[in-house]
Amino acid sequence: MDDKPLNALKIPQKLFDEYQNLPGALLPLLHAVQGAIGYIPDDAVPEIAKNLNLSRAEVHGVISFYHYFRTSPPGRVRIQLCRAEACQAMDSASLEQHVKSSLNIDYHQTTADGTYSLEPVYCLGNCACTPSIMINDQIYGQVSPQSFDNILSDLTIVEKDQG
Amino acid sequence: MNKTVYIPKDFSASAMGVDKVLAEFYKEINKRQIEVEIIRTGSFGICWLEPLITIDVNGVRIAYGPVEESDVASLLDANILSGGEHPLKIGPVSDIDYIKNQERLIFHRAGFTDPLSISDYQQHGGFKGLQRALEIGSKAILDEVINSGLRGRGGAAFPTGIKWKTVYDTDVDQKFIVCNADEGDSGTFSDRMVMESDPYLLLEGMIIAGIAVGATMAYIYLRVEYPLSAEVLGNAVQLLYEKGMLGKNILGSDICFDVEIRIGAGAYICGEETSLLESLEGKRGEVRFKPPLPAIKGLFNKPTVVNNVVTLASVPVILEKGGAYYKDYGMGRSRGTLPFQLAGNIKQGGLVEKAFGLSLNEILYDFGGGSASGRPIRTVQVGGPLGAYIPESQFDTLLDYETFAQIGAMLGHGGIVVFDETVNMANMARYAMEFCAIESCGKCTPCRIGSTRGTEIIDKILSGENTELNLNLLDDLSTTMRDASLCAMGGLTPYPVMSAIKHFPEDFNI
Ligand SMILES: Cc1cc2nc3c(=O)[nH]c(=O)nc-3n(C[C@H](O)[C@H](O)[C@H](O)COP(=O)(O)O)c2cc1C
Ligand code: SF4
Repeated sequence: MDDKPLNALKIPQKLFDEYQNLPGALLPLLHAVQGAIGYIPDDAVPEIAKNLNLSRAEVHGVISFYHYFRTSPPGRVRIQLCRAEACQAMDSASLEQHVKSSLNIDYHQTTADGTYSLEPVYCLGNCACTPSIMINDQIYGQVSPQSFDNILSDLTIVEKDQG
Repeated sequence: MNKTVYIPKDFSASAMGVDKVLAEFYKEINKRQIEVEIIRTGSFGICWLEPLITIDVNGVRIAYGPVEESDVASLLDANILSGGEHPLKIGPVSDIDYIKNQERLIFHRAGFTDPLSISDYQQHGGFKGLQRALEIGSKAILDEVINSGLRGRGGAAFPTGIKWKTVYDTDVDQKFIVCNADEGDSGTFSDRMVMESDPYLLLEGMIIAGIAVGATMAYIYLRVEYPLSAEVLGNAVQLLYEKGMLGKNILGSDICFDVEIRIGAGAYICGEETSLLESLEGKRGEVRFKPPLPAIKGLFNKPTVVNNVVTLASVPVILEKGGAYYKDYGMGRSRGTLPFQLAGNIKQGGLVEKAFGLSLNEILYDFGGGSASGRPIRTVQVGGPLGAYIPESQFDTLLDYETFAQIGAMLGHGGIVVFDETVNMANMARYAMEFCAIESCGKCTPCRIGSTRGTEIIDKILSGENTELNLNLLDDLSTTMRDASLCAMGGLTPYPVMSAIKHFPEDFNI
């Protein structure tokens, strides 16, 4: 979003104005909200419903249907691990186990310090170089438990560099 | 003349570290103060050699790969800008067997061109199909597409020309083209590669579809897991608007055509066309009852062509060279080419575009080079998570829709996921049921409840509890799901499950 950063619960009217007249606006609007805030707060539902002329139940129903939409804040580092067949064929199960135990969280959880969240994903389209994970919008292929650790420590270094 | 290094901008190349390689090239070029241009291309789909960079030496593209960040300095030392020798040198791309032995009607530009350069696209044959479409008009376009024998590449293999004709024949003011870019099947990435490596090809196909059926508005429903596709395709749409090739009066004609990209939200079922339409309308992606077909009542109740990315990307060549040319490729009722995708435990994974009719053996061993692990290949799953597992004894099966149907399998979107002998097929059967439980839209009971029960039953079999009884139960349940589900999600899930039991009973303690 170009102007003011959105504070957690206040969605600027501008965003609604932008999507109000779009046919089938709900998904694009939910993407915009999650893109700006990181999730779709429960408190935002009435406002979204009002602006798009929908019932709260409809909005809630849509949010809960789609795996991508979340109703709680994600960790700063959002890790998506592919569970699908092409990754399983290259032993993503070991990677999964390693990731879960080294972060000490399960799928759909965030580490206590708010740094990492872990989500399953069903195919990232990198099926010739598996196992695959995506961290925020960056994809990684042929990830082993060892290279996963390296990726995380590289990320930590970059974060420290940026203060 | 400036020397040029071509570096792919592609999701898989990125996964293999191309962004670091790119940064290193910039750093070294700066340090050495040499004049080099870097052009980002698409990918050749030779995934096992990514990051694969190429250099133009007297009009021939010389390949080096797989390149790591730490190789860049030595590559420049070896004078690769003039095609110099280096351990990573592969030689001319077009001479690599993997490429040479393909029949690329759709993917012939991928890797060679800058995906966003309109002039590159045109120099390599782009927009010739559209040009002809504008000249010959709706009826003749429909004839070409019907004659080509093209069938939908999204999975159901429905004849594209017939679908288009249905929409054409419907006399209403507003019709839609919807491109299904949800590509949810594990083991598939050909849609992604079209969008990232040759986006104008898809858009050209969509405009032709619009002219053919009389639609002026199109949506591309793109999965959220493909951020790079969204970026490249978004830029491509923008650039075509600026060129007057989208919007009002395309290229001075009286044709108007608008394209909008909509992003999905991580639901596999939204690849099913009616669920996709619900999602585009801003609703839960629940499958609709059919009839009415989307071609009669689709998006916002208007006649709608829903086509897969590769289906639409196959249209320009059909218009350019004629339906008869396209139909010349293939076997039986499977005409033309399919970009197969070799995935999972395979040594030489990537995209292999071939005419229908080669055998699984040929693609797995001649192209794929066997398993990545070096162990024997035990099974392959073709056609995504709803496709059957095929044992080695059937690897002589020809890749053709009907031949696959005969062995109870399906080609689907052309993804081939390879497993070596370490695979446990009971685990894979369990996963198939679990996946269905996670992704079911919930509209019908056989699928919604059946998949959860199915997972529980397989758990019992796995723990050795009443094996015989539970196998019978699973068989009954599978029959119910197959026959009574509203859509192919619940209807096809029994295929991977039952094929695993049939071909690999030893994994189920039988
Ligand atoms: C569960 C399910 C998932 C599907 N996923 C996709 C998909 O991701 N992409 C796609 O093009 N078709 C998918 N399909 C097939 C579509 O319903 C539809 O047949 C296709 O988009 C029509 O286009 P085509 O004729 O060009 O293949 C799926 C079908 C089912 C039942
Ligand atoms: S089979 Fe499954 S996905 Fe398809 S309509 Fe029924 S519940 Fe929905």
